[in-house]
Amino acid sequence: MGRYVVRRLLQMIPVFVGSTLLIFLMVNVMGDPIAGLCGDKQCDPATAAQLEKEFGLDKPVWQQYLTYMGNVFTGDFGTAFNGQEVTELMATAFPVTIRLTIVAILFEVVIGITLGVITGLRRGRPVDTTVLMFTLVVISVPTFVTGLLLQLLLGVEWGWIKPSVSTEATFGELIVPGLVLASVSLAYVTRLTRTSIAENKRSDYVRTAVAKGLPRRRVITRHLLRNSLIPVVTFIGTDIGALMGGAIVTERIFNIHGVGYQLYQGILRQNTQTVVGFVTVLVLVFLVANLIVDLLYAVLDPRIRYA
Amino acid sequence: MPEPLPQEPYTSGGGRAAEDGAIAATGMGGAMDLATSEGETLEKSPGWPGGGDPQDRPRSLWSDAWRDLRRNPVFIISGLVILFLVLISLWPSLIASGNPLKCDLAKAQEGSQAGHPFGFDGQGCDVYTRTVYGARTSVTVGVCATLGVALLGSVLGGLAGFFGGSGDSVLSRITDIFFAIPVVLGGLVLLSVVTSDSVWPVIGFMVLLGWPQISRIARGSVITAKQNDYVQAARALGASHSRLLLRHIAPNAVAPVIVVATIALGTYIALEATLSYLGVGLKPPTVSWGIDISAASQNIRNAPHMLLWPAGALALTVLAFIMLGDAVRDALDPKLR
Amino acid sequence: MRGATHAKWVACATAAALTATACGGGGSASGGDTGAVLSSSWGDPQNPLEPANTNEVQGGKVLDMIFRSLKRYDPETGKAEDMLAEKIETSDSQTFTITVKDGWTFSNGEKVTAQSFVDAWNYGASLKNNQKNAYFFGYIEGYDKTHPENGGKQSADTLSGLDVVDARTFTVRLNQKFSTFPDTLGYPAYAPLPKAFFDDHEAWVKKPVGNGPYTVDSYTKGSQMSLRAWDGYPGDDKAQNGGVDLKVYTDNNTAYTDLMAGNLDLVDDVPASQLKNVRNDLGDRYINTPAGIIQTLAFPFYDDAWNKPGMEKVRTGLSRAINREQITDTIFQKTRTPATDWTSPVLGEDGGFKEGLCGDACEYDAAAAKKLIEEGGGLPGGQVKITYNADTGSHGQWVDAVCNSINNALDNDRACVGNPVGTFADFRNQIGDEKMPGPFRAGWQMDYPLIQNFLQPLYYTNASSNDGKWTNKDFDKLVDEANAETDTAKAVAKFQEAEEVLRDNMGAIPLWYQNGSAGYSDRLSNVKLNPFSVPVYDEIKVG
Repeated sequence: MGRYVVRRLLQMIPVFVGSTLLIFLMVNVMGDPIAGLCGDKQCDPATAAQLEKEFGLDKPVWQQYLTYMGNVFTGDFGTAFNGQEVTELMATAFPVTIRLTIVAILFEVVIGITLGVITGLRRGRPVDTTVLMFTLVVISVPTFVTGLLLQLLLGVEWGWIKPSVSTEATFGELIVPGLVLASVSLAYVTRLTRTSIAENKRSDYVRTAVAKGLPRRRVITRHLLRNSLIPVVTFIGTDIGALMGGAIVTERIFNIHGVGYQLYQGILRQNTQTVVGFVTVLVLVFLVANLIVDLLYAVLDPRIRYA
Repeated sequence: MPEPLPQEPYTSGGGRAAEDGAIAATGMGGAMDLATSEGETLEKSPGWPGGGDPQDRPRSLWSDAWRDLRRNPVFIISGLVILFLVLISLWPSLIASGNPLKCDLAKAQEGSQAGHPFGFDGQGCDVYTRTVYGARTSVTVGVCATLGVALLGSVLGGLAGFFGGSGDSVLSRITDIFFAIPVVLGGLVLLSVVTSDSVWPVIGFMVLLGWPQISRIARGSVITAKQNDYVQAARALGASHSRLLLRHIAPNAVAPVIVVATIALGTYIALEATLSYLGVGLKPPTVSWGIDISAASQNIRNAPHMLLWPAGALALTVLAFIMLGDAVRDALDPKLR
Repeated sequence: MRGATHAKWVACATAAALTATACGGGGSASGGDTGAVLSSSWGDPQNPLEPANTNEVQGGKVLDMIFRSLKRYDPETGKAEDMLAEKIETSDSQTFTITVKDGWTFSNGEKVTAQSFVDAWNYGASLKNNQKNAYFFGYIEGYDKTHPENGGKQSADTLSGLDVVDARTFTVRLNQKFSTFPDTLGYPAYAPLPKAFFDDHEAWVKKPVGNGPYTVDSYTKGSQMSLRAWDGYPGDDKAQNGGVDLKVYTDNNTAYTDLMAGNLDLVDDVPASQLKNVRNDLGDRYINTPAGIIQTLAFPFYDDAWNKPGMEKVRTGLSRAINREQITDTIFQKTRTPATDWTSPVLGEDGGFKEGLCGDACEYDAAAAKKLIEEGGGLPGGQVKITYNADTGSHGQWVDAVCNSINNALDNDRACVGNPVGTFADFRNQIGDEKMPGPFRAGWQMDYPLIQNFLQPLYYTNASSNDGKWTNKDFDKLVDEANAETDTAKAVAKFQEAEEVLRDNMGAIPLWYQNGSAGYSDRLSNVKLNPFSVPVYDEIKVG
């Protein structure tokens, strides 16, 4: 196990280099970012040239990349166009987004798995159909709309929450945004759990457990659920990164200044430093999340072993 | 799991389905049925495949599944809905006589009226006509992207999970990188260079960024499934890799893939809207549910009917595919037979 | 730079990245009352908050609160009036002697002197400081040395045209005659700077210090700036409230929702989708006033298909195929007014605005449009593609509406399609590279309320913002004549003659004049927008 983890950690190095290079190239392909800095008019050529020099855009791409990576290893992620250090941006954005992601994952785990177990045990019953309908609504109505409606209803009509999240972005403020963010994933988690449960509930070990006279609750949690969780855990693992980097819509609606927002801004303004920096950190999050998921496989199913 | 399969009554997809399934099993020779899928392996391997009598072939797991499906009302209903969607995608004029591009701003956001049952959108276009015409693009995008993602993802993920080792490591790390590419960035970079009006670049883009998800799921399920006793048994008896994968692991690992793929179908149709919103997706005069849903979202407070119909059509499509996926999954699960 | 081009293109586009659609840029005025603090929506400024480096509305908003220049544009009329300038004298329209009023200080106590201005202008004009508004100093002698064009080497750090005479007097020598030069001095780029700006630049940028009615209390980049009324402010436009908290919103709809929920006092950019509800939600706490902004469609005159003889008929035909009235009513809920000339109503009749100057060419008439386009040889390639940047939500809406209008008029549902470009930077790149496949979105926000500012930077041959590269000898000649004219009325008449040339060739299709719109909470009163569509913060009363 220890060796396995070490090996996985070592694998992170090539992934890290590969993804930063890829993102670096992608942002570069988008073209000259300077044109966007001068408003709706032509940048005057002298200033534009001077800016390109300052941001190092006049050098060949490979050289830009090497310089960038060199700086990254000394902890310097560069400067955004508005003169702000990227590390400073990260320091404000990541804590907020991590909190938001935790809330969303909690929703997925608690509500998603609960609904999945209930519907899996009662396939075809009204509760199953109701949850299916709910799933369909979540999938076919854009998050933008669900977010907006919740914001209007809870924030303005009923006054239960503040429509926007303050700079501190406490857990309490993030409950509704977290729910909105989790909504589509909730649908996945519910359906995945339901299917797994339905499949496993007729397996031998469950029947054995029931025959042994174990209480129903214990059968479900210890035997049935544990063995049904692998696809769910896999999904949630892949979802962490998606939630962190992809919360653009939710962050916009609730005015959360998190990673999704910074990334989106960076992309639209073609700010290589911001984009590559944020994505790099996201890649690391992915790598760790996937490592944890793989280790969880072994926990959930003792037959799976890593050497 | 070579012992006889459980034959307890089953409670799913409506009681009818269970009954039909039971009838299928007994009517067509229950004993044979039971012998087929897993038990047979013990008897006939390692002569299989290649040998074996031709009469056994149609009795394979997959043909059993198909026989089950044909009798499953859930499958039939969802199949009919999908058929209907395909029909109106091919010939939208069958049920809509208007022109989806004919818009009169004077009628913007008006509600339902004679000849225009669904009302008008923000540009004064007829919502009914646009919903019907939007099916072609949206169904094509949804189905093709899902198929592409599911095939590519489950093949790569399945192989990685099955063989493990360095191949698995490389593939897993590649998926890590792909996961990290923000959709917005990918879209702006990869799709902005495309000038074609067709849906294929958009579908290609979705497959490119979507396969890692399925790949992960498939890999996880294969890793679990390959630990099962019957797989170990078959392996001990010398079954080939392809036989193990196709006959023993795939049917037991496919469920999560189907679940994720059927839901993803809906999200791809919605993603197309996001791409259009970013200005890199489908461009007018293309008509799609995604574009209409995205436009309607802006006006949700003033004209909810604009959202209701295209979103409803999307929900119906997703429902049909989720039901279809459920039915296929049930049919593939020998325990439910 | 060439021509009188002190211009800032409509900030909607710049603010695009901020997802805001408001545009603006000026500030304002009047007497004292401490008290409550109000909160107002804001967008994250794109550039550091240096006066000569801020070319978009969100940064401009702050500069207007913390700086006062030699002149100030009246919040009601937009007329340039003396602020820090005691007098600006010239005998030849080329050398100006500027006397700074006594008694003005920066909020850190430093006196505002002639040197404060000269240092600030030299800084702004110097290439090595990367100031994006450097071209504002382009008329001053020596600019070619401090800011050489085309990769030349910078050979001077200071403008040779600026001379400090004494503590309160300095002279400005221009490189050409420019009689209205003093009227441009209200622009934030000309603001004076304290020594702290140069001594500890980094600290200054983190917490700017100026000489305006407000001081920066705290600034958290990307989320909030707290401004407080400065008690020691010597001007007569002292803040009437205790201060303003500018909160960064990434979506103007969220700001609006916060306003409805009572979490925010002032939104200076009501989202298009809420315009229909705004009367219901806010009653009379909603203002919708004209601003010096015009939206147009420019053409790629570098493309022969759009430039060959006869195409003026096609362009005019397209103009006549656009039902402006209907679009401004439906899509914009009357926050735009159909354009009938190429300027703006805020100029007033005397200033050069002439309603109906466009005449028939801007009247919707489907039959006439069809006929004109046919006479002109039809649409190039059989289809017009209207290019716009899609990173703001609302451009797509009106482009689609314009296209539908054209399609309906021409009875061809594929005659016009929208052509979105993903990012604003890419859009600007494509314009710069002369790659526009057809008409494209163009908008102009005035820098100062002069007709010259609406015409010369945009349509004069090779002018800095002439993105379509339209060129016309008659137009250029009339503009030159107008600039040489010393009598305002005569100059305006010449400019209008030039505008008629523009009309006859349809060098750009005028679409609509944009209004500023704002909503506010019931705590506030006396809320106004200036002609640059920025709230007049210092006059707002709280409670």
